[in-house]
Amino acid sequence: MTQTLSLLYDRVRVEEKEIINAAQKKGVELRPIDAKELRLDITDLSKDEIFGEVAIERCVSHFRGLYITSILENKGVDVINPFSVASLCGDKLLCSMKLAKAGIPTPRTIVAFTKEEAMKVLEEDMGYPAVIKPVFGSWGRLIAPLKDRETAQALLEDREEMGNPLYQIYYIQEMVERPPRDIRTVVVGDQIAASIYRYSAPDDWRTNIARGGRAEVCNLNDELRELILKAAEVVGTGVLGVDAMETKEGIVIHEVNSTVEFKGAMSVSEVDIPGMIIDYALQKARK
Amino acid sequence: MKFKCPECDGDIDAKEVIEGEILSCPDCGAELEVTKDKKGNFELRVAESEGEDWGE
Ligand SMILES: Nc1ncnc2c1ncn2[C@@H]1O[C@H](COP(=O)(O)OP(=O)(O)O)[C@@H](O)[C@H]1O
Ligand SMILES: [Mg+2]
Ligand SMILES: [Zn+2]
Repeated sequence: MTQTLSLLYDRVRVEEKEIINAAQKKGVELRPIDAKELRLDITDLSKDEIFGEVAIERCVSHFRGLYITSILENKGVDVINPFSVASLCGDKLLCSMKLAKAGIPTPRTIVAFTKEEAMKVLEEDMGYPAVIKPVFGSWGRLIAPLKDRETAQALLEDREEMGNPLYQIYYIQEMVERPPRDIRTVVVGDQIAASIYRYSAPDDWRTNIARGGRAEVCNLNDELRELILKAAEVVGTGVLGVDAMETKEGIVIHEVNSTVEFKGAMSVSEVDIPGMIIDYALQKARK
Repeated sequence: MKFKCPECDGDIDAKEVIEGEILSCPDCGAELEVTKDKKGNFELRVAESEGEDWGE
């Protein structure tokens, strides 16, 4: 039996283009499907053949992708990544907790539910500088260093005014003393595909490629490889971006991303990441 | 392939395009998504703007 795959997208970035190309090169049928044009009956959960055996969900919009994943799984389609993985990785609070519980070193993080308590976290416990992050979202959006009380107060006030109730979940993290870079590793199943240093742009503190960060090859030692693979396993395994920072006390893993962007990694590494993703999907389809 | 920007009517020249890809208009900077019309011809529409849940 020949396997058919689908690719759910809302934007075709470099990554999606490359995944489509990789399938073509391998002679694999991969159907690109624009999520923005879908209408899905969630009360008729019979299998929908258009999605093939395995769907690769690559939506830029996290919630769009997450709901599609759930619907497809309920219709009997395997999705990369599974709902359990995407929902966990899409929530910084849940992800940090999962990493900590598994004994993976991760930055110390305290959560509060009002501005007042968040202020006390900073004043009485974490001190300055600290980092505040929304529990959802990416590309470093609304992630800010809190260097003193004044900055913190202003920022928390802004946060309070924001419409989305998730901004009232105050996720406050120790500021990790690190070089101006972090380590992004693309993991496919139980394999490390590529690893890069991401250097922050001169005018930014965050190292996200989406903020102008620059990629350089990173050669992982065995210990770090093991730690990264463990982090990927702990969140449930899939096609993942495991992000780590170097501190004086050793490595910390600060997040695992579920719709991993690998444009940076591809630009400096010889590894055929999109090809590995297609192979991984085929392997799932055969099961 | 030649397109007209749906925002500013400026000319946009693109080599190879695929459905779902984003182009930006050299004149007005608008982000434009490549789609197909009913006849299967490529056309451009104004892309969705960045949402708070966008990213990895
Ligand atoms: N606790 C921290 N200490 C120092 N730098 C941090 C810390 N948390 C995040 N950063 C920087 O900000 C970037 C974005 O943070 P991250 O938690 O990965 O969120 P996002 O999902 O937006 O990428 C990181 O890649 C890193 O460069
Ligand atoms: Mg990140
Ligand atoms: Zn224009």
